[in-house]
Amino acid sequence: MLENIRLSFQGIWAHKMRSLLTMLGIIIGIAAIIAIVSTIKGTSEQIKENLVGSGNNIVNVKLYQGEWTYTSGDSSTPENMPMVTDDIKNEILAVDEVTAVASYRYGALYEGINSGTKDLGNAPVYGVDKDYFRVMGYTVQTGRLFEDQDWTNYTKGVILDTVAANTLFASENPIGKTLEIKGEPFIIVGVVEQIDGFTPKVTNMNDWYTYYGNTSSGQVFITDVNWPLIFSFDEPYNLVVKPAGTDAMTNAGKKTADIMNSYMPATSSENVSEGGTDEDSSSSSFKYKSEDLLETAKAMQEVSASTSQQLIWIASISLLVGGIGVMNIMLVSVTERTREIGLKKALGARKSVILMQFLTEAAVLTSMGGIIGVGAGVGLAYLISDVASVPVAISGAAIAISVIFSMVIGIVFGFIPSVKASNLNPIDALRYE
Amino acid sequence: MLLELKNIYKNYIQGTMEVPVLKDINLCVEEGEYVAIMGPSGSGKSTLMNIIGCIDKPTSGTYLLDDVEIEKCKDKELSEVRNQKIGFVFQNFNLLPRQSALDNVALPLQYAKVPIKKRKQKAKEMLEMVDLADRVSFKPTQLSGGQKQRVAIARAMVADPKILLADEPTGALDSKSGLQVMELFDTLHKQGVTIIMITHSDEIASYADRVVKIIDGELYEGDAQPVTGGDEHE
Repeated sequence: MLENIRLSFQGIWAHKMRSLLTMLGIIIGIAAIIAIVSTIKGTSEQIKENLVGSGNNIVNVKLYQGEWTYTSGDSSTPENMPMVTDDIKNEILAVDEVTAVASYRYGALYEGINSGTKDLGNAPVYGVDKDYFRVMGYTVQTGRLFEDQDWTNYTKGVILDTVAANTLFASENPIGKTLEIKGEPFIIVGVVEQIDGFTPKVTNMNDWYTYYGNTSSGQVFITDVNWPLIFSFDEPYNLVVKPAGTDAMTNAGKKTADIMNSYMPATSSENVSEGGTDEDSSSSSFKYKSEDLLETAKAMQEVSASTSQQLIWIASISLLVGGIGVMNIMLVSVTERTREIGLKKALGARKSVILMQFLTEAAVLTSMGGIIGVGAGVGLAYLISDVASVPVAISGAAIAISVIFSMVIGIVFGFIPSVKASNLNPIDALRYE
Repeated sequence: MLLELKNIYKNYIQGTMEVPVLKDINLCVEEGEYVAIMGPSGSGKSTLMNIIGCIDKPTSGTYLLDDVEIEKCKDKELSEVRNQKIGFVFQNFNLLPRQSALDNVALPLQYAKVPIKKRKQKAKEMLEMVDLADRVSFKPTQLSGGQKQRVAIARAMVADPKILLADEPTGALDSKSGLQVMELFDTLHKQGVTIIMITHSDEIASYADRVVKIIDGELYEGDAQPVTGGDEHE
């Protein structure tokens, strides 16, 4: 076998130009497939990363009213919603996939957040618990975070994110200044920013409102105990959990939502439908749902994967054409070496020996094409990523499969010529001119 | 008896015509004999040689080689017979151009599945025997005609065959190289190797113990001449 491989290399080397041209079909096919698979995999990983974030992944578990998240100030406060007590938090923390949990109230004010003459427009307001900033991954830029006494003393302090601080104060130091929220004065104690560049992808309007509709003018944080100063009493909470890892996101979110839902009043829809129309009551049932970005990422990856599959099929046509080229050149090679085959048979070579010799040569030829193709494909993938700024993820499996597949092409398309060679009659072969 | 051909006929088909090439050939060769087959071109001597060498099949007749009934052999068995009982020397050497002298000589041993080390060692010994120990790694293109033919003889003898078949072994050589080759045959013959050789030269044929002639597909022993009507000869 090793000798056959050595002979094959000799034969290929003896006809460098011809071998290269023969390999070209295989090289192009494999290169195209590797390039496609690598860019698709890269894109798919980018989708996941964009949606899920790479570091401080968190899962929002929000209170939904039908299809929409509940926002304080938008509609009347639902009754008997569960408050997030320490007991509930501990129950959530007991879930394997959850490493941290925080709760917050979320409200929208379309006007009434201002400092002096400057208005913050429709910035969202968060009423946060003691764990919120830690779980969300906020750090202090200036000033301080809320401290325990801010909750116990109902301190009217407010924290801004960097966007809100810039909007209101530009280069001025905002610490100590007063921010009025719906006429209530709050003292600005700190400015925070999020550690991780979390750039969510938007798939629907709800996402847009959640991510960009809010962040355009910045975010405002107060302690949750001060929430009734601006909104109503007993406003419901949302939660944010930190999962054990990216793959734990789905379960962490779902289990947290399940726990919250188990504390929901059995007939919550009746409680809120007072005064509402029939239409309202049917769509106003409240429920906690996790905003599963991982699931969304998967769905988007599937779409991109199915597109890539079609591209791979097209690239495979090149492999078919390449295979036919290999068959053609092997037939030529058999004809050219008819005398050699005759001689070998006269010296006692069995059919199987001749068959193996030619099969090996075809397989070595296409495998070399495959290996060169992989190299070219990787290069091409990096080139595409450079030009189109798409990330590249070289797939080891794709490389291994490509090389094996190109070898199989050699064996399949080399089979007919090899059989032809092995069936030659030694005397006819020796006489061949 | 090493080799026995009985009532061998060989016809070639040309278009719709069947052309007889060998007609009722009967030939016995004993172990250790040195036989020259002579005849003009087209007489059928090469065809006879190919049948003896098991690379062509007779249309009818029986062929016994070293107690093996060749016409009953399957493809695989024929390969074995060619490999182990027969050594072929061709007029135009038929060496593999891309392989060294050593690899060319070792080729039959590869088909006999001899381990590679032993193969190389045996091939080297054979090249020493034909006086080419210093040309072991030379490619055929780097060798002279006489050297090539000696490599071919080394290859033919490497598997210790029962019989050495040579088809015009000096046909492509100058007289000096031809002489060397014939001397080599003599040496082999003295060692007890059975040799059957085709030639059209009386000078070359004189090296052999026994001369048979083929004329128009019929075989004549010694100096016998064809008689109209086709007498039976051995």
